[in-house]
Amino acid sequence: MLRFEAVGLRYERSGVRTDASAGPEVLHDISFHLRPGAFRWLMGPSGAGKTSLLRLLYLAVRPTRGRLTLMGTDVATAPRRALPVLRRRIGVVFQDFRLLPHLSAFDNVALPLRIAGRPEGQIRADVGELLRWVGLSQHLDTRPAELSGGEQQRVAIARSVITRPALLLADEPTGNLDDGQAERLMQLFKEMNRIGTTVIVATHNEMLVERHPAPTLHIANGRLAASDGRDDGWVS
Amino acid sequence: MISLRPSGFDELGLRRALSDRMLPVLVGAMTFLAALAMAGWFGTAALARHWQQGAGASLTVQVPQATDPAASGGQTRLAAVLALLTGTPGVASAHALSDQELADLLKPWLGQGADRLAIPIPAVIAVRLTGTASDLAPLAHRLDDAAPGTLVEDHDRWIGRLAVLVRSLQACAGLALLLVAGVAASVIAVATRAGLSTRREAIEIVHGLGATDAYIAGRFAARATLLAAAGAAGGALVALPVLLALARLAAPFVGQPAGTAGDTLQDALGALPVALWLALPCLPVSAGAIGFATAHSAVRRWLRRLP
Ligand SMILES: Nc1ncnc2c1ncn2[C@@H]1O[C@H](COP(=O)(O)OP(=O)(O)OP(=O)(O)O)[C@@H](O)[C@H]1O
Ligand SMILES: [Mg+2]
Repeated sequence: MLRFEAVGLRYERSGVRTDASAGPEVLHDISFHLRPGAFRWLMGPSGAGKTSLLRLLYLAVRPTRGRLTLMGTDVATAPRRALPVLRRRIGVVFQDFRLLPHLSAFDNVALPLRIAGRPEGQIRADVGELLRWVGLSQHLDTRPAELSGGEQQRVAIARSVITRPALLLADEPTGNLDDGQAERLMQLFKEMNRIGTTVIVATHNEMLVERHPAPTLHIANGRLAASDGRDDGWVS
Repeated sequence: MISLRPSGFDELGLRRALSDRMLPVLVGAMTFLAALAMAGWFGTAALARHWQQGAGASLTVQVPQATDPAASGGQTRLAAVLALLTGTPGVASAHALSDQELADLLKPWLGQGADRLAIPIPAVIAVRLTGTASDLAPLAHRLDDAAPGTLVEDHDRWIGRLAVLVRSLQACAGLALLLVAGVAASVIAVATRAGLSTRREAIEIVHGLGATDAYIAGRFAARATLLAAAGAAGGALVALPVLLALARLAAPFVGQPAGTAGDTLQDALGALPVALWLALPCLPVSAGAIGFATAHSAVRRWLRRLP
């Protein structure tokens, strides 16, 4: 499914100076691999590089060194035009949601399907059902600004799974949810994982991890500590 | 069953980013200028064609003191020149203008009483040639021998100069069209780039969800095409009455009597050359095409900065 081989990431510094130059490396020598259907927690202190690692996986940045293979594609050398198809097989819950403010909750969730060119009839049925499942059937036509933080997060979660992605990445997905909603979310992620989706969830929520024990990737200062547990499944 | 994306679905928020005011108005103004340039092109072409027909293979011969006796023989100078002309191979006809015809010819310059003026007016002979004029110098010499002071005027030379003038005017009109198209393309490119920077976040999100460059560029291009075509249609409509007025003014010069054109709507509409009627609807189409191509390439170039 995915394989990191000595991957390093350096963000381009931009801003004050007009010419972009290389900033400090934020990820160093990341090496690990996951089989399809694996589940991983991703944990580490703030600023350790969790989001950066996920950004590599959802193709928002490319590795500056090393080799990253994602669903059979070498991400560092693949041509740009090969990436959109990969992105459509990846669902992402962003730390800051990244919903489109001028679209209703329904249209935000429908967006990945429309980009993929799915038939509108199927879209209406799937999106309606999923939004009901996450408890937003009253808010189909509401814009994100008129939703609470937790409601926005649930819209973002619905958008990430609506395409039944092969890889699901979630960055702090329970930050705005109460315990009940967080449990419901874990149910959804586990269900996705059960039907074959590879799932990586970055979180600070240790209670949640304790309640749902699974192999964990520990990251600190941009380096991966040895991950506990060798198997890809749930720790029973 | 495939149903397409709902037509009102504006995921990039372009309805506000590429607003329906500035761009159409600017493109409309460009189209107005383009319509004038096109009218100039077709107008000069029509005038040139008309004059060329009228003065194709013909000469004018002026004989001063026409009634004086000729240098040799007992006839008048006019009769001697006429006899010489009709005997010349290549001359289809030679016709001395009557006093009335001469007066008509001079009326625009000298007024009604031209024939009563006390200035000597030369006799004028209109000569039609069977082909285009070859070398006229020998003929001019022989005529001058028979009646000294006789002038031969070759219309081909004037037609030639006129053709050069028409070609220059048409080149200017063509250049104006190109310039207008270039400025319109720049306006659309600037508007597109402004739209790109205000919608940057939405574009990044849509890009991150797996939209191809073609998808995003297509959304921008569709919007730019719509706005440019609508603006151009407006500009062409505004130009129409101006063109009709110009066509009415030009009617007497292309052989239509001044009074008749423009009295009824049908006459007014008929005053424009057919070619212009065909070319006017091309303006919104071309503006739309320019809008599409410009926005598409501007967005694609911009998208290369995203991974
Ligand atoms: N776009 C960027 N440009 C430059 N540096 C960045 C950028 N994003 C993150 N960084 C830097 O990379 C390092 C890792 O950041 P990252 O966002 O991956 O941390 P994180 O583990 O997700 O933290 P948190 O738990 O607070 O979300 C930080 O030092 C940060 O300053
Ligand atoms: Mg983070």
